[in-house]
Amino acid sequence: MKCFSRYLPYLFRPPSTILSSTCHTEADIISTVEFNSSGELLATGDKGGRVVVFQREQESKSQPQRRGEYNVYSTFQSHEPEFDYLKSLEIEEKINKIKWLPQQNAAYFLLSTNDKTVKLWKISERDKRPEGYNLKDEDGRIRNPSTITSLRVPVLQPMDLMVEATARRVFSNAHTYHINSISVNSDLQTFISTDDLRVNLWNLEITDRSFNIVDIKPANMEELTEVITSAEFHPQQCHTFAYSSSKGSIRLCDMRQAALCDKHCKYFEEPEDPSTRSFFSEIISSISDVKFSHNGRYLMTRDYLTVKVWDLQMENKPLETYQVHDYLRGKLCSLYENDCIFDKFECVWNGSDSVIMTGSYNNFFRMFDRNTKRDVTLEASRENSKPRAILKPRKVCVGGKRRKDEISVDSLDFSKKILHTTWHPHENIIAVAATNNLYIFQDKVN
Amino acid sequence: MINTMECAADAQSLISISLMKIHNSRTQRGGIKLHKNLLVSYVLRNARQVYIKEKYAEIYRMQQYEEVMTVCNEIQELNPLDLDAEDAEDEEQARAACCGEEASLCGAACHRGAAQLAVHTRAAVSALPDCCPLEESSKEPEPCYYRSCCMETSPVSQCEQFSANSSAYCNKTTVLDLDTHVVTTVENGYLHQDCCCDALQCGQSAQSPAKKRKVEFGCCVSDVEEISDFAAARKRAKREDCSFFHPDYTDTSHISNLISIFGSGFSGLLSRQADVEQICSKQVLASLGAWTRAIVAF
Repeated sequence: MKCFSRYLPYLFRPPSTILSSTCHTEADIISTVEFNSSGELLATGDKGGRVVVFQREQESKSQPQRRGEYNVYSTFQSHEPEFDYLKSLEIEEKINKIKWLPQQNAAYFLLSTNDKTVKLWKISERDKRPEGYNLKDEDGRIRNPSTITSLRVPVLQPMDLMVEATARRVFSNAHTYHINSISVNSDLQTFISTDDLRVNLWNLEITDRSFNIVDIKPANMEELTEVITSAEFHPQQCHTFAYSSSKGSIRLCDMRQAALCDKHCKYFEEPEDPSTRSFFSEIISSISDVKFSHNGRYLMTRDYLTVKVWDLQMENKPLETYQVHDYLRGKLCSLYENDCIFDKFECVWNGSDSVIMTGSYNNFFRMFDRNTKRDVTLEASRENSKPRAILKPRKVCVGGKRRKDEISVDSLDFSKKILHTTWHPHENIIAVAATNNLYIFQDKVN
Repeated sequence: MINTMECAADAQSLISISLMKIHNSRTQRGGIKLHKNLLVSYVLRNARQVYIKEKYAEIYRMQQYEEVMTVCNEIQELNPLDLDAEDAEDEEQARAACCGEEASLCGAACHRGAAQLAVHTRAAVSALPDCCPLEESSKEPEPCYYRSCCMETSPVSQCEQFSANSSAYCNKTTVLDLDTHVVTTVENGYLHQDCCCDALQCGQSAQSPAKKRKVEFGCCVSDVEEISDFAAARKRAKREDCSFFHPDYTDTSHISNLISIFGSGFSGLLSRQADVEQICSKQVLASLGAWTRAIVAF
């Protein structure tokens, strides 16, 4: 299994924060990270509604050690706080999800969403500007027409590179409940947005209409027993999507079957083990993230304590189950009290679907190699993040004698959690969001 | 089944914590999170089930104790020469009254009697093979606890229907509508206006036998205190259980009180901190209602 060793010397900090690691504002907390389909760009969204896009530096022979560093490419305010006057509710500006569209021209497009509104942003470069207008001078002031004696054609002159982001579409007023996920279809024309009870299908060109394709709201809200927690399109089949529920089940739907996909065509659920039943069984079985593998044959789900890999052909039980932090099973009561039990961890595949990764507490994140069945716990922290330093595997001591370098369960810092991670689509580069810091790690180059 | 290691005290604190979470979610930024509140309501429901189960187990044990005490008192009054003749009768009474895990309880309770008589009773109890109705009932879900308090014919059918519908963990949700302040309970798709009125009626109808027992138990309270085998914590629990069947708790006034508290923004309760949580949860629990609150905002 590849070890992640070289630490790229980049710790992202938004300009407004003080350079101390202990002090940060709530708005700077990173709420989503996503590589684009080529891996050239990395987008992060934060609680303050901002999106920061990083671009990978081109390789240069003169500075080979700086290969593949990510630098800030563009920063823009995607969403602002809003107020719903009808319901007297404040709508948070926090970016819940970012999804890139595959690149089709020189510009980059991404979808970003908060609780209620999805926006399509175009990020484009401008390195030339027209000069030599007839009716206005270089400062922009209107020229007196009577002073114009000859006409000229404006020409494009080079200028400093400017990256600008413009909102091209705003998809709003389609969700009563909080949007938890968005997913772009492989047809590159449609996408879905999902809230607690409904999944809506949009066309990227049309903002005033969307189709509701899943609706699990019961006629009587008192009968509500589960909500939708995440949804994703199949990577190749444009008619197939999956959505996960708070009850620990996943439904695969085919849009060709019916206009309303309430009836699933596959239902994935593992029966609960009655011996592990506790007060919190329902909470820890709630799925927080669902991801198709790149090859489209598997599904991965994350609940509070485990990551499961499902074969799309086998519905009654997962293919593989990985324990992320089973030592927390005995601490569920205190995790419930401090609300940590409600944390929604994401999970991610590597490019070849051989390794899966997810986050944990104490700024730990875990990787599981599906082939060798080996796993490793790594830490995203300033102390062991010197340039080109090899990340040392960490270990949590469950009971008994604690070895040197091990950390006991009681010493874990539950305020430091890694909820959002992303993996480069082709290379072994990962981005890990730890509260307000972004860590980018790369596999060592042989 | 929920791990029995988690006792009623944990369940009660979980109930308090869950209610606070639901209350706090009303004022948090971004509006009420449906998913989180749904999960909290599940915890509330689980905790309530454990709490009620423990309470009924406690009541059942108390009932058994009372019967044993009665038997022991009767045995004490017997002429020692009449022992053999009465033994068979005592055995049957003991079999009905005691359960296996309470063998020591029976033994201790009869401690006041003549040593010989106590030995006989203890022997009778320990000799009985399946003398553990409590254990049997613990394998079954809630129905048996309701059944134990519903000995009258008329409410039994309601209770049985009620209990028959419940499985290892019941499929009912009680919801407080924040707009109309109506409490509704849905069980397996059926709507009840506070379905545990059924259970309350069962409790009401069983009042006369319960009252009788209460009076007898009242005599025995001093006995309970004297017996060193009883943990001090149980004393208070038993006294509380006496009041459990008190008529005042059989109406829904406490449920509506809680509703009005919620309606006024919980500020009345928040004036006192930990005590208030105790009072709030105790009021709610004592009402015997299915008051699990899944506060649904929309």
